[in-house]
Amino acid sequence: MSGLEDLYREIILDHYRTPRNRGELDTPPATKVDGHNPLCGDEISVYLMVEDAENGDDAIVTDIKIGGQGCSISQSSASMMTNAVIGKRVGDVRAVSRKFKSLMGIENVDLQAGDDEVDLEDLEALQGVVKFPVRIKCAVLGWNTLSSALDEALDPAE
Amino acid sequence: MLSIDAVRKEFPLLAERTIDDARVVYLDSGNTSQKPRRVIDAMTEFMETTYAPINRSSYRLAGEATDAYEGGRKAVARLINAPSADEVIFTKNASEALNLVAMAWGRTNLSAGDVVVLTEMEHHANIVPWQMLAQERGIEIRWIGLTDDGQLDLSNLDELLDGAKVLAFTAMSNVLGTLPPTQLLCSAAHAVGALAVVDACQYVPHNVTDVQAWDADLVAFSSHKMCGPTGIGMLWGKMELLDAMPPFLGGGNMIDTVTFEGFTTAPVPAKFEAGTPPIVEAVGLTAAVEFLEELGMANVRQHEMALTRYALDTLNERFGDDITIYGPDNVEVRGGVFSFAFRDLHPHDVSQVLDETNVCVRAGHHCAKPLMKTLGVQSTTRASVYLYNDEADIDALADGLEGATDIFGL
Repeated sequence: MSGLEDLYREIILDHYRTPRNRGELDTPPATKVDGHNPLCGDEISVYLMVEDAENGDDAIVTDIKIGGQGCSISQSSASMMTNAVIGKRVGDVRAVSRKFKSLMGIENVDLQAGDDEVDLEDLEALQGVVKFPVRIKCAVLGWNTLSSALDEALDPAE
Repeated sequence: MLSIDAVRKEFPLLAERTIDDARVVYLDSGNTSQKPRRVIDAMTEFMETTYAPINRSSYRLAGEATDAYEGGRKAVARLINAPSADEVIFTKNASEALNLVAMAWGRTNLSAGDVVVLTEMEHHANIVPWQMLAQERGIEIRWIGLTDDGQLDLSNLDELLDGAKVLAFTAMSNVLGTLPPTQLLCSAAHAVGALAVVDACQYVPHNVTDVQAWDADLVAFSSHKMCGPTGIGMLWGKMELLDAMPPFLGGGNMIDTVTFEGFTTAPVPAKFEAGTPPIVEAVGLTAAVEFLEELGMANVRQHEMALTRYALDTLNERFGDDITIYGPDNVEVRGGVFSFAFRDLHPHDVSQVLDETNVCVRAGHHCAKPLMKTLGVQSTTRASVYLYNDEADIDALADGLEGATDIFGL
């Protein structure tokens, strides 16, 4: 079962059993975006608080909460994502997102200068997912939803 | 009685394919079935010896190809006891057959406020085409609900059917395995003057089908779930209905004549078969039907009833409260489809662990999201059996579930 052990690493199971930053934030002031995986029906809600949104990439993600249901991979990825983005500049969050998607083997990720330096920390544990292509969309569901939430928080008119 | 060892030998993938040096335990036939050697060979041989256009060219080879294609229609008519092979229309798949009904019949006969009755256990293919009509012209959709054990709740059927123009329902749920009382529902529809449309996609591959005994009006099903190839589905309908319906898709083959001013249509079934049809697939389908006829559909059903009983008992005995199997427990009214929740594990994770031991199941909403809502779940794990599965496959499923317990440390 070597492949499975690679997929279901202890830290992933830990985030699955004890997800961090689960819950809701009041909207407004927070932004809420729902993400779906149409193939399996998984649903995720990202609640995002961004301070001084007018500063664009320099605005700060002050809080994030995750709602919805999903498999161990989508839930643990979203849980680790919350730890990776709280307190960070929006520009840095986007860099982590690009780096993570590129780790997942997603094509068309527009990596930028400096992305190489990004430390994915716990998220590195998800690299085993790449061996199971069907599950990659589980791992990136939260991140894609976060991207939409960032866009909406920074430009609510859209 | 089916000899499963002998049956399995006919399926190259089941007999020969290995993954990690072990055989494949295929429990996803509700999705699509495996193909016997004779279907594969029939298609290859046809392409090597007889392939040509149908209904167009006058050379002998084209005549042979046309006969082979029409042979598929005759085989299907036999399988479902249709009065005439001309009532069998070939489509791309069962979804297209149901879209044909909603678009060709529905657009002609339904207008704002008209009622279409569906059940809460329908596949998206028998929901969305009607919802498209609802968006287009404001028809009303009513839903037959479910009992606690996953059968249709018919207690308010008269009320739901009151004033209805269509009753469209599945003859076997692809999620619960439930076998609704098809004949009774067709007769209830007719009692109020409604059209009886049956989605028999899951039913025909596993049961003796008699569309005349049902007295159904239109019946949709597919080849790929009954040992035939993908790319070909079927709509059977009563000739007077098909005759009165306008065409669905326009193009070659479906016309009588075309002028600068307009067109007239060919007779049924050509009227509904625009363009070059799935010729090779019809030949493969013929071989599939002959295979099923040889086994005998009554034997297939009997085998699956016994296997369903074994599966329900085995899973419930081994896992008790840790497993919830949806749908009726009485195998008289259910087929070999088992959707379940296992502990609090997500179906994706369950199917991932099962895949380690080559147990192939489906995880997800099974194209029946409204039913998931009724069941109060987001998704389920689903195992589904067919004529090549046996008790060892069910045991492999149960053993695999034990493995899931180990990995997630529950």
